[in-house]
Amino acid sequence: MSAPTATRNLLEVDDVHVHLGESHILQGVSFQVPVGGVTALLGRNGAGKTTTIKAILGLVGRSGSIRLSERELTRMPTHQIVRLGVGYVPEEREIFSELSVAENLKLAERDKAPRYDLVFELFPELEQRRAQAAGSLSGGQQQMVAIARALLNDNQIILVDEPTKGLSPLMVTNATTALKRAAQAATLLLVEQNLQVARTLADKVVVLDQGRVAYTGDVAELLADPALARLYLGVGGH
Amino acid sequence: MSTIILLLVTGLGLGALYFLIASGLSLTYGLMRVLNFAHGIFLTVGGYASWWIAVRLPLEDPWRFLVALVGCMLVGAIVAAAVEVSLIRPLYRRHIEQVLVTVGLALAFTALVQGIFGADPISYPAPRWTQGVTQLAGANIPNSRLLAIAVAAAVFLLLSAFLRFTRWGLIVRAGVENRAMVTALGIDVQRAFTLVFALGGVAAALAGALGALYFGNIDPQRGTATLIFAFIVIVIGGLGSFTGSVLAAVVVGLLQQFINYYASVYWGFSAAGDLSVVLLLAVVLLWRPQGLLGRSVG
Repeated sequence: MSAPTATRNLLEVDDVHVHLGESHILQGVSFQVPVGGVTALLGRNGAGKTTTIKAILGLVGRSGSIRLSERELTRMPTHQIVRLGVGYVPEEREIFSELSVAENLKLAERDKAPRYDLVFELFPELEQRRAQAAGSLSGGQQQMVAIARALLNDNQIILVDEPTKGLSPLMVTNATTALKRAAQAATLLLVEQNLQVARTLADKVVVLDQGRVAYTGDVAELLADPALARLYLGVGGH
Repeated sequence: MSTIILLLVTGLGLGALYFLIASGLSLTYGLMRVLNFAHGIFLTVGGYASWWIAVRLPLEDPWRFLVALVGCMLVGAIVAAAVEVSLIRPLYRRHIEQVLVTVGLALAFTALVQGIFGADPISYPAPRWTQGVTQLAGANIPNSRLLAIAVAAAVFLLLSAFLRFTRWGLIVRAGVENRAMVTALGIDVQRAFTLVFALGGVAAALAGALGALYFGNIDPQRGTATLIFAFIVIVIGGLGSFTGSVLAAVVVGLLQQFINYYASVYWGFSAAGDLSVVLLLAVVLLWRPQGLLGRSVG
């Protein structure tokens, strides 16, 4: 696990509100993500974690302020936000099933020299399956594609939404290893239900509860305290 | 036998025109979920632009027609891009308003063309070769039909190559599947949409010029009249499916031609072809609501 290299904040989320239909999903969410390391975004189902990630990317309408390296994101379209150096590994993988693995990766290229060496070092299977339709891959292989898309480019921050959801134990280990490598090159904001993975990767934690920030601090501290973990996450910390 | 060959080729010729107008409609719906009811004006623009150029050019055939064809494609692309930027883009995701504006544009444009060029069809200066026939298995096939088939086949191959081998094509194919995720990879899907709209305008303009050869004239109403069948084609083929629109255009063109001929000969019912197409649409919607090659939702 990498330690934060500076105390400067990379991402500042300030009083963000999101309404979806009649529902007020995010109700004034505020938190900061320091430069370097992994910040976990935890909370029970429906707490607003995925919506927070989507609000940062501009995939849902939002009010409030979101700044990345002091640049305001809320007035930018999604593609411009991403071009500032924001990688995204979505919750449902959202790979393009009718495109090949190679085409999925090609589409994600933003840099002049995309880091295929890193991607194929972490996921050699993807190199072997370059020509295969991504929709015919297993769930674990599809998650490799989703993570690989974010690793291809130099990013300031990578937003990772439940990367181990539905994966076998072996694939969870692979995904965790890949995210550790990713965290060496970029700051990670990680939504994760698997507390073991969160504990392995993250140093800071932001806990959401019913669309509001309920706790911020060290992940180890939170998970070491069963009462706190039960209160905010509905589980024991150990 | 010669009748069947004739019906087969003329049906394919009609299908070629339907494909040229339906291909753009299908791609724009697939990428941005925009149903453009003004798409027929690109066909009208193509027909009138090629006529306007052809009657003014001091060139011999076939150069006069070829230059007119290139000119109408250019005009079709410009008009389509202008419509997208000025009318569709501000109403993106506002589907009801899109329908109202595009229907209004189609009506207003038809009235404008009638105001400038008159409501009556205008005879088209067709090149000599297209007015002749070619013998094929005993059937005299009008060359205009063969030209329509050849151009549609070329457009199909070029659009397929564009979708398959270019980065823009990759963006379009991915965007048809999941537009939001394409933007989340840092890609401006809106630019791809303008490009697709312009390409759709080019194909429809070609249909306008080739339709003028097919029918022997240009007509202010032709865009609107043909658009109805193009919509039927994209629904039967599967909304957003490019290959589906090819398949459906061929099926609809052949069905319409065969039924029109035989119903007219045996029952004196000349409009049966149009009716059969609507019945086919109903059958497909009941049997396979997502269309022949469309993906099911949910």
